[in-house]
Amino acid sequence: MLAETIKEPQMIRGNSNQNLIDVPSSMGKMVWTLSLLLLVCVIFSACTGAISISLTELGHIILNQLGIITDAHVEEQKSIVFRIIRLPRVCLAVLVGAGLGIAGASLQGLFRNPVADSTLIGVSSGASLFAVFVIMLNARYFGMLNEMAGAYAISFVSFIGAALTTYIVYQLSKVTGEGGVTTILLCGIAINAFVGAITGLMTYLATDDQLRSITFWNLGSLGGASWTSVMAVAPFVGISVILMPYLSKALNLLVLGESQAASLGVNMNVLKKQVIILATLGVGASVAVAGTIGFVGLIVPHIIRTLFGPNHRTLLVGSAIGGAIILTLADTISRTIVAPSELPIGILTALFGTPFFLYILWEQKRKRI
Amino acid sequence: MIETRQAGYEVRSRKLLQDINLKVLPGQFWAVVGANGAGKSTLIKLLSAEYTASQGSVLFHGKDLNSFKLKELARKRAVLAQQNNISLSFTVQEIVLMGRYPFYETQPEQRDLAIVDFCLKKIGIGYLKNRLYPTLSGGEQQRVQLARALAQIWEIENGLLLLDEPTTGMDLLHQYETFQLAKEMTGRGFAIVAVIHDLNQALQYADQVLMLKEGKCYASGSAREVLTEENIKTAFGLPVQIIQPENTRFQIIVPDVPIMSESHYQK
Repeated sequence: MLAETIKEPQMIRGNSNQNLIDVPSSMGKMVWTLSLLLLVCVIFSACTGAISISLTELGHIILNQLGIITDAHVEEQKSIVFRIIRLPRVCLAVLVGAGLGIAGASLQGLFRNPVADSTLIGVSSGASLFAVFVIMLNARYFGMLNEMAGAYAISFVSFIGAALTTYIVYQLSKVTGEGGVTTILLCGIAINAFVGAITGLMTYLATDDQLRSITFWNLGSLGGASWTSVMAVAPFVGISVILMPYLSKALNLLVLGESQAASLGVNMNVLKKQVIILATLGVGASVAVAGTIGFVGLIVPHIIRTLFGPNHRTLLVGSAIGGAIILTLADTISRTIVAPSELPIGILTALFGTPFFLYILWEQKRKRI
Repeated sequence: MIETRQAGYEVRSRKLLQDINLKVLPGQFWAVVGANGAGKSTLIKLLSAEYTASQGSVLFHGKDLNSFKLKELARKRAVLAQQNNISLSFTVQEIVLMGRYPFYETQPEQRDLAIVDFCLKKIGIGYLKNRLYPTLSGGEQQRVQLARALAQIWEIENGLLLLDEPTTGMDLLHQYETFQLAKEMTGRGFAIVAVIHDLNQALQYADQVLMLKEGKCYASGSAREVLTEENIKTAFGLPVQIIQPENTRFQIIVPDVPIMSESHYQK
């Protein structure tokens, strides 16, 4: 302070056109880069599969659909595959990925813990438990239901399970402690263990057939994608992705600590509720249609943080787009690698995620030294 | 500006603070001194509205402190806590900009960024602007946090600054500069309440001193009235001498105990 010359802010403002101070964020650049990457992945994913569609064919199909050209030089079969199977599946991957990514990033911010993700507050385990319930009961008592609305029954019930478990974890944390984030985390772990045990018990009682569908569900799959499921998930993920970035300033302040954040105007109780509700909306809906897909919510925020910095303004949006990219790619691999069969996507995300995650940790340590 | 009336704070019937009467006026620099566990940090937390007084009341600008919204308070006073651990690699500029968050919605304006730059230079850490916070030394981190608190209240008139051991980890020059800055701020009508461990600094820089002992106000008033040999001996349990060396302007507090010889330790 003694040596440096100081200009009053008022003076700087006077000739502000000449020396604009750079905004400390690479928001625009990041959004463009990632969106472009996502677009490439979506096109790649839409073209790849048991029936491959070339870029020109894809262009013709789309133009035909939009009514710009009437005479598409594409086999009818390819057009149908694209419209009924490929496109909804890609859309679902984008939505689920975005929901998981942004939930992971915001929960890591809320818990000020880089290993936090949606599994910790009971979203995934609650959804799993309820889905397993449906799978078990369906076969025994609701054979009829299975025909008509079996798939949607699972989605609907598992969303309720996700919301209910999260609610219990949150209420429990208020009863046992003062509702601090550490208490929520510990309650989440306790409830997870309990719910896991019941799920385990159900699995133990399950028949071979049920066991197969339970396992498949627990490992996650986008195989059930249809326009209906896309429409069912879209509003939930949409709300989460649109509203969450408004919390980025508060989540940034939380980095300073709970009491410092409060002294800068953050109401912790409100913030906790907002983040948990929004995260549960996105993840609950995702888990409901695609099963539990691990690792995306954990790893994507770390990648974005390493590439674009820890500011939640970029981190939340980046994690949503990043999650969409990764899930689109993972889904493409999952349905082509053992074609015509499918590999559960959860296996892939964990298989590729783990070494990559370790690499990021190693890289972070190297940077610090 | 901020005032406590018979304020007390207790946790499970353990009284951490009792009957605190304090009246901070604009332009005053209050030092809170006392032994470990005397309730200094608790008092700062009462004043910053992190804790709610269990007895008595805390008034801010003449109104009950609890009637203010957190957002309103954030635009009127800044708090610097004792511990500031940040593990995420935010840049120094981003951290200081957080002090401006209460003043803009989504995008910082040029003015906010200008204030950040100004406060960084004011604290003398303009050159750290683009460094990553976790890579700084403890003293540098503390100065960044101070710049953040300063950025928060820089524009407002008669702001209140609550500091819990502001000079922790700073070297001699920067301790001195921090207190000079505090003086400058009070000259502009700010009020400062700071927990200070070094009694010599309290004696040199503070206008008013509040001495706490076991959660109660032991003495309060001007620095020279409060920081006397007897008061310090009772509050801290250490006999001291207050001397005035010939060529200094200030009085100096030194421990009044025989220096233990090496043979003393060998026993």
